[in-house]
Amino acid sequence: MGFDFHTSSLKAAVNWARKFSLFQYPFVTACCGMEFMSVAAPKYDIARFGAEFPRFSPRQADLLIIVGTITERQGPALRRIYEQMCEPKWVVAFGVCASTGGFYQNYSTMPGADQVVPVDVYIPGCPPRPEQVLDGLMLLQERIQRGEGHSQIAIEAEKGYDVALTAIRPLGSPARKAEP
Amino acid sequence: MAQIVLDRLAARFTGGEILEAGSAHGDEWARIRRDAWIPVAMFLRDDPSTKMEMFIDLTCVDRFGKEPRFDVVLHVYSVSLKHRVRLYCGAPEEDPSVDTLVSVWAGTNWFEREAYDLYGVRFKGHPDLRRILMYPEFVGHPLRKDYPKEKRQPLVRRQAGAPD
Repeated sequence: MGFDFHTSSLKAAVNWARKFSLFQYPFVTACCGMEFMSVAAPKYDIARFGAEFPRFSPRQADLLIIVGTITERQGPALRRIYEQMCEPKWVVAFGVCASTGGFYQNYSTMPGADQVVPVDVYIPGCPPRPEQVLDGLMLLQERIQRGEGHSQIAIEAEKGYDVALTAIRPLGSPARKAEP
Repeated sequence: MAQIVLDRLAARFTGGEILEAGSAHGDEWARIRRDAWIPVAMFLRDDPSTKMEMFIDLTCVDRFGKEPRFDVVLHVYSVSLKHRVRLYCGAPEEDPSVDTLVSVWAGTNWFEREAYDLYGVRFKGHPDLRRILMYPEFVGHPLRKDYPKEKRQPLVRRQAGAPD
C-alpha cells in the first residue's frame, strides 16, 4: 500500500509540473490565428498559464494547437506533425473549423481535425474569444493533472496499467464546478 | 465606358468571330468564337485604340444543361486608356477545351490551371496544365454542377483502434 501511495504522489507531482509547462506548437492555418495572437499577446497573456513558448518545431513541443480550417490536402502534414511530437502530448482544436469543419461543408474541408489526430479539448467559436481559449487551456490542465490526456492514457495502457485505477483525481472535486 | 473596344472588335473581326456583344451595368462584354480566342486577345492587347495590357481574371462558368456547357470568362483592363472588357468563350461538354492565353498574357498561366482543376476545361497549348488547388490524387472537378455535393476524397484518416 505504501508503495502505491508513493507512485501516485509522484505522478501527481509530475502532472502538476506538466500542466504548467506546456510547450505549444501552433498549427495556424486561418483567421483564428489573429485570435491566437491576441491570446498570446500581453492583454490576455497565455504565459500566465505556463503555456508561454510557441515552439516552431513539433519535436520541441508537447501541445499541438490546431488553429483554423484544416483542408483535406493538409491532412497528411498535420498527421506527420502530430507524429513528430514527443509523448506525452496533447492536442487542442481552436475554433469550430478545427473542431468540426465549422460552416464549411464542401469537397475541400476536413470535417474536424479529429479525423486525423486525436483531440483532447475542443474550443468552439468563430473565432473563440481569448477568454474561451484560456478556459479551454484550464480544462486541458485539469485533464493533464488527472492523467486523462489521450497520450497519457495511451502510455499507461502500454505499461499494462488499468487506466481507470491509475488516473489521478484530486480529492474533493473531480469534476469542474458548474457555472452559476 | 468601353464601347470603343466593342466597336474596334466589330470592325476588325467581320467573319462572325464575335458571336454576341453587349453592355450591362457599365461593363462591356463579348462572346468570342472558340477558334478566334487567341487572335481576339492578341488584337485587344496590341491595338493602339484598345491597349489591354493588363490581365485581370480568368475563370469559368458551368451552365449545366445548356450548350455550350462551359464558359471561360476573361477580364482584361487597359491601364493607359482606363477601360475594361469581359470576354466569354464557350466550350462544349464533349470537348471542353479552349486555346491557352499564356502566350498573350503570361499571368493567365495559374488561372487556367485553376479553371482546369475545378472545372476540367483543358487549355490547349498550356505549358504546365496541372492541378493547382486540389491534390494530385483528387478525382474529378469539384466545381462542376454534377460533382456530388457530399462527396469527400480524404487523403488520410485515423485508423479505428490505432494507438494514437
